[in-house]
Amino acid sequence: MNEPVDVLIIGSGASGAAVAWSLAETKMRILCLEQGDWVKPTDYPSNGRDWEARLFADFAINPNRRARPTDYPINDSNSPIKVVNFNGVGGGTVMYTAHFPRLHPSDFRTRTLDGVGEDWPVDYATLEPFFAENDRMMGVSGLAGDPAYPLHHPPMPPLPLGKSGARFGAAMNRLGWHWWPSDSTIATTDYEGRGRCINLGHCTPGCAQGAKASTDITYWPHAIRAGVELRTRCRVREITTNEHGMASGAIYYDAEGREQFQAAEMVIVACNGVGTPRLLLNSASARSPDGLANSSGLVGKNLMFHPYAHVYGYVDQPLDGNHGPPLCLWSQEFYETDTARDFARGYTFQFGRGYGSIMEAINSTAAGRLPWGADHHDVYRRLLNHRIGLSAICEDLPEEHNRVTLDPDLKDSHGIPAPKIDYTLSANSLKMMDHGIANAKRILETAGATDIGVESPILNGGWHLLGTARMGNDPQRSVVNGWGRSHDVKNLFIVDGSIWVTSGGVNPTSTIQALAMYVADQIKQRLSAATLFD
Amino acid sequence: MPDQTLTSGEAADLRCLAALMIPASARHGVPGADEATIFADILASLERDFADVRKALAQLATLSGGRFADLAPDRCAPVAADFKAAGGAPLAALNRVVLLCYYRDDRVMRSLNQEPRPPFPKGHDLEQGDWSLLDRIRERKPFWRAAP
Repeated sequence: MNEPVDVLIIGSGASGAAVAWSLAETKMRILCLEQGDWVKPTDYPSNGRDWEARLFADFAINPNRRARPTDYPINDSNSPIKVVNFNGVGGGTVMYTAHFPRLHPSDFRTRTLDGVGEDWPVDYATLEPFFAENDRMMGVSGLAGDPAYPLHHPPMPPLPLGKSGARFGAAMNRLGWHWWPSDSTIATTDYEGRGRCINLGHCTPGCAQGAKASTDITYWPHAIRAGVELRTRCRVREITTNEHGMASGAIYYDAEGREQFQAAEMVIVACNGVGTPRLLLNSASARSPDGLANSSGLVGKNLMFHPYAHVYGYVDQPLDGNHGPPLCLWSQEFYETDTARDFARGYTFQFGRGYGSIMEAINSTAAGRLPWGADHHDVYRRLLNHRIGLSAICEDLPEEHNRVTLDPDLKDSHGIPAPKIDYTLSANSLKMMDHGIANAKRILETAGATDIGVESPILNGGWHLLGTARMGNDPQRSVVNGWGRSHDVKNLFIVDGSIWVTSGGVNPTSTIQALAMYVADQIKQRLSAATLFD
Repeated sequence: MPDQTLTSGEAADLRCLAALMIPASARHGVPGADEATIFADILASLERDFADVRKALAQLATLSGGRFADLAPDRCAPVAADFKAAGGAPLAALNRVVLLCYYRDDRVMRSLNQEPRPPFPKGHDLEQGDWSLLDRIRERKPFWRAAP
């Protein structure tokens, strides 16, 4: 029998860790259940000679390919973009590129400004102090003064431009287009016990140096020292409710596969935009037959991914290859709506470096660029370390038919129904991607690249899982209110990307965490006023 | 755990195909993908791709009318070309396994002027680049869009 807790957090990733740390000061008894394991720095691929190969094995970004015991399967056959994630302490922050832009002020008011999507019940100014606190906790490198953003001050200097970044910068200057060193959670100086980046270059599947911020090495050590309990290998099956319609706890399977019940006064869900609707739908009961917190019918709907259009080419001089963090620059030149275009909203360009030897070979073979036979070696030598590429990360507007449901047949290793994704690219997204591809080609040509290739959308590009339990003031049009509390269940909160109203066109982790800290702050204020469950 | 070993016939076909995909090159001083050490690595690395590789080899055998490795030398290249042109996920998996074993071999890496070592702990040097390029953007007025 588990002792009841005051706060039960489900999921230890970007948002779960931030909310756990923020609430720790209340001295409530806080427990986090995480279905995955801790990952040690020595586990990461960059420790071994098989570092690239493991990106196709136990560190594959697609959970269906990775298929660790701690993963759950996802039926993504009806989506041109496949879900990618990581299940473990730190969640997706273990396996991200650490690109850390914030949403822009306009992103919170797309209905008012552009007549599309919905306005959020919060705004940039409200989140600004939480962005800053999160930047400090995660450790952000960057450069103050970007004219594309309200002024903010990253605590560490930016990542090096390298040969690739300098070439892109010069090309953007020739075109007269905006570019700026990215905010990144890769430490460029020693920071809070983390070593500075030494350019391992294989950042996405975990950083052996610890230079890349993942919440297992940022928030969690602080939260645990402050008294939060983190229990791993615990997969939650459902959230339970009592006769008053309040959340009473959760049923989960422990590391030995035993069914357990954990009672809690308050439940906070932080399972990402696919895991959260899956859990709420699996928590259906006689009181809520369509799923918990789903009186609006919107749980699982409005899934947004950010379609990526990736464009690349080859230059005549060797560049950085993969010898550095893959992303170091962004451009917001095409971020805002321009009525002269045939689509609403816009996109960020994120500029990349090259690939390692194996990734170059595999991708170039798949693209038909690298032949079999006698010419193989000569062609390969012209490709390796000569690649330069960028991606348009496109705003994905909410559409209810893009959704997460429960697969009628597919189940995880505990027999829990798996999520099913139904997703199509909208006409607006397709036009935006075409615009991004055309401009990316101009940039590459200006940078001296030839032999240009396109991957659009990036197949395994479903990093950003947003919108499936949106926030809002109208209970009929949203799942949680303006501070993350379920409209239906007054001691149930959601803090991950599923509460996003629109997607913006940037990597979401910074804003997910700022939002989670904001929700935690609202909880603390209402605890003080004894109005939390009113 | 199901048996994940290719039959001797399948292995022979795969080795013959690997030699066609990436032949040895005296000019570059590199072995082919069928070289003993590299091929042993390929056989040991099928793992998640085992089923697809087996499926690909079955397709290759069908196109060959028997064992690919038993074809006359002048027949191998056209059959391999047909096999490649057919494409598909099994072929992609076969390509992937061959390439990821070939491009981590020490001899191959050295021929490419790549150090045969893991990234950690030595890391790599990365130049700062010319930050004066940013001066033009620093002069630009803020253009983020205010929201009500």
